[in-house]
Amino acid sequence: MNRLISAACLAALALAAGPAAAQDPNFTRNLAATCAPCHGTNGKAIPGAGQVPLAGEAQETIASRLHEFRAGTRPATIMHQIAKGYTDEQIKQLAAWFAAQKK
Amino acid sequence: MLNRRDFIKTLGATAGVATLGGCAGGASKARGHVVVVGGGYGGATAAKYLRLWSNGSVDVTLIERNTEFISCPISNLVISGDKALADITVSYEGLRKWGVRVVHDSVLGIDAEKRTIKLEKGGEINYDRAILSPGVDFLWDQVPALKSADAQAKILHAWKAGPQTVALRKQLEDLKDGGVYALTIPKAPYRCPPGPYERISVIADYFKRHKPKSKVIALDANPEVTSKKGLFTKAWDELYKGIVDYRPNSELRDVDVANRTAILEFDKVKADVLNVVPPQRAGDIVAKSGAKLANGRWAEVDWLSLESVNAKGIHILGDSTLSAPLMPKSGFMANQHGKVAAAAILNLLAGEAPNPEPFMTNTCYSFVDAKNVIHVASVHRYDAEKKTLIVVPGASGVSAQRNEIEAAYAIGWAKNIWADALA
Repeated sequence: MNRLISAACLAALALAAGPAAAQDPNFTRNLAATCAPCHGTNGKAIPGAGQVPLAGEAQETIASRLHEFRAGTRPATIMHQIAKGYTDEQIKQLAAWFAAQKK
Repeated sequence: MLNRRDFIKTLGATAGVATLGGCAGGASKARGHVVVVGGGYGGATAAKYLRLWSNGSVDVTLIERNTEFISCPISNLVISGDKALADITVSYEGLRKWGVRVVHDSVLGIDAEKRTIKLEKGGEINYDRAILSPGVDFLWDQVPALKSADAQAKILHAWKAGPQTVALRKQLEDLKDGGVYALTIPKAPYRCPPGPYERISVIADYFKRHKPKSKVIALDANPEVTSKKGLFTKAWDELYKGIVDYRPNSELRDVDVANRTAILEFDKVKADVLNVVPPQRAGDIVAKSGAKLANGRWAEVDWLSLESVNAKGIHILGDSTLSAPLMPKSGFMANQHGKVAAAAILNLLAGEAPNPEPFMTNTCYSFVDAKNVIHVASVHRYDAEKKTLIVVPGASGVSAQRNEIEAAYAIGWAKNIWADALA
């Protein structure tokens, strides 16, 4: 049964994330958690603290910002350095994950 | 601009994530009891995320001797008089709301075979997996005159935030204008690489504003500034000419406590306020646990799970670890260790292997005066061949120049990371 659930999760992930093979079912959740010290647990930043909240933002907005930071075309203090840490696929996964979180 | 193909992909991705949330990967299958020793940046984060990611299916006990969390990051601003201790203090009540059993006690020992932890007051507790996140302890043998508690109350370290932070602030307030503050910096690695340089900067700023005839002397055991060198030295040249006297290759040998004098190999430096950051190693409980230490100092861990390479079932986080390449001993990094360990432990408790591709990020903000900040940042990913985390090529850097925008971000970061760990 557990194996079946895992298989279902992996299948869902394959649909969500494309052809990534043998990725941990919680890969994206874990990757997104690296952002939380600035952007809040599950992307819910403390209002007014200065950092942009990510939870519930449009997937397209998050992805395009990360691409622009990575390309150096969007002004940044720090995100132009951090965004270079992620592949196109990972940016897509992060954007989808944060977009799916409740605001 | 969303074309139809992308729109369908978007839908698919969102639906996929929702489905995954529903079955929650391996996390919901995890059962067991995890005991976390040390409620700092690493341990508190691990405790919360074990509860969050298991949907409460895993029992978590946090052992912490202090009744409140006091942050080392931002504590230099308490020393400079720009913040109060209350501003950097956070309650453990938030973790209790997550269902973490928070116990204020000290750990006497851990038995990796029997999987038990012995407490000073609370007897023995069993665990399925243990996390040790005790931070650092000091190598007083390398500063012999400071071995006694009495000496340590006079010559402060203030390298663990709390009473020492307040006491150092008091010494600086009592200093007469024209007095000398000297800080000794140990050879790397030590907790918070930019911390000593931030400290001398914000104390110089305090002097400049309130005691302009006073001086700051930095006695650095390292051959050069170990973090954000260009930005710090530029700040000292431009803001604190005649105030900051930075001396590299100046390793402390001992201290003359009564005369507040730092004893170096070929020199003695007398100060009115002498502040010694001693050499450090993994926290005592890590040394007692039987975990393998590199050079008798730092715990060697499997970076997929933060489990000790030899003491099975014991995961070690934060400053106590033998750092991966270019990985600082920082609160941010301890937070990231806590999450990689939490995810790995939930997989292991569910009978599955840890995530083979962990990521970690780091950002350290440093104040160079009360209003201006500089950062260093990096993204690290696991390299299966090297069996460690490496910086993703290109994904690191420092501030272009000191600036006020990042001072706001630094305070915002502190609020967010405290909430991420403790609320």
